[in-house]
Amino acid sequence: MSKVRVLVGTRKGAFILTSDGKREKWDVSGPHFAGWEIYHMKGSPADPDRLYVSQSTGWHGQMIQRSNDGGQTWEAVGNKFAYDGVPGTHQWYDGTPHPWEFKRVWHLEPSLTDADTVYAGIEDAAMFKSTDGGQSWNELSGLRKHGSGPAWQPGAGGMCLHTILIDPSDPQRMFIAISAAGAFRTDDGGETWKPINKGLRSQYIPDPNAEVGHCVHRIAMHRSRPNVLFMQKHWDVMRTDDAGENWQEVSGNLPTDFGFVIDVHAHEPETIYVVPIKSDSEHFPMDGQLRVYRSKSGGNEWESLTKGLPQKDCYVNVLRDAMAIDSMDSCGVYFGTTGGQVYGSADGGDTWAPIVRDLPAVLSVEVQTIA
Amino acid sequence: MIRVVLPPHLRNLAGVGSELRLEVEGSVTQRSVLDAIEAKYPMLKGTIRDQVTGRRRPFLRFFACAQDLSHESPDTALPDEVLQEKEPFLIIGAIAGG
Repeated sequence: MSKVRVLVGTRKGAFILTSDGKREKWDVSGPHFAGWEIYHMKGSPADPDRLYVSQSTGWHGQMIQRSNDGGQTWEAVGNKFAYDGVPGTHQWYDGTPHPWEFKRVWHLEPSLTDADTVYAGIEDAAMFKSTDGGQSWNELSGLRKHGSGPAWQPGAGGMCLHTILIDPSDPQRMFIAISAAGAFRTDDGGETWKPINKGLRSQYIPDPNAEVGHCVHRIAMHRSRPNVLFMQKHWDVMRTDDAGENWQEVSGNLPTDFGFVIDVHAHEPETIYVVPIKSDSEHFPMDGQLRVYRSKSGGNEWESLTKGLPQKDCYVNVLRDAMAIDSMDSCGVYFGTTGGQVYGSADGGDTWAPIVRDLPAVLSVEVQTIA
Repeated sequence: MIRVVLPPHLRNLAGVGSELRLEVEGSVTQRSVLDAIEAKYPMLKGTIRDQVTGRRRPFLRFFACAQDLSHESPDTALPDEVLQEKEPFLIIGAIAGG
């Protein structure tokens, strides 16, 4: 019987939640790396027992940890992220030039086919690649140097490269997203990049339709249809059907189209999930009610999913890397909150239950479906 | 030999107790002590000083003999008491966070 392993990164350590295919009873392991911020933890699709972890603190900076046994033991690997050449400047919050400085790794995306190949999205925004299991890292500097880099500006959370999607049908094609620069695509394995933000409209930048400058919070893809992407932007839920060449808004009847997470059902490419958040100045659900919204039509028509979620006095946030989908026959959906709860649904979102309630603030959630 | 006290997170990372004893080659300075730490415990690279710039991480301080040596040149000799193992070289994390 298959089992699932949920990888949870929090402000004060990592936790691993495991269950059988029923997903009713859970074992909780952790905290791993107690006291450290775990921005992200993800397993290799090529070898599910190979896990990569981004571990950091303000005191000691960045560590990368690797496991070869599903998180029972760990090994510190390379943590030197040196920008390629003279890094130059990007824009600071006040519009002045500011040197590129490494701060932390937000996201680790293992290759779909090689357990030793992994990509890192970092702050200040850049993408790195390792082909030796994380021992050494090299910048894919074509992204930062493609032309618009000096105009990128940080969002309130920092100038982070937080999303990396690899096209399963063509690993040379990848999509990434940066707050607050926008979405970008490479078709040659990361050598060259282009902004793919046409159709995004952001009232908070001088030219709402600019080529870059959009605060993209998250992008999601279904592996069977890699040219269709869904995006939760600072405001607006968007979709593209042509690999990012053009985007259309699909916020439809959402009560608010601000939010951070977005994800796609494992078996239904038009079924997508978001967690609407009240506004950019009030990072909690509307009316104290934690509601996941599901669209079965690829956007525009949304239904609220509330069964098992708190519908009173709930003022948590769900951060951009904190939702994940398993690939069991009855698709599981998971998300973590800044209040330390991790909720799971084993029926595609119809009903929910907390797996854990009292972790530190959750930064990221990933799930592995293990045969 | 030199005595070195690490902050708790780094003790856990390196799998060591509260105090290290290290052989330091050549003159004993902040730089040579940190070189010796990183050579013996490579997992600590980047956690005390930035790997690219070589600068002390901003939330850490270096103390010895009741003095703050953090702003000394990394090539200044450490106090004799440290060389004689009477006093440890202390790497201290700032009181910060929540």
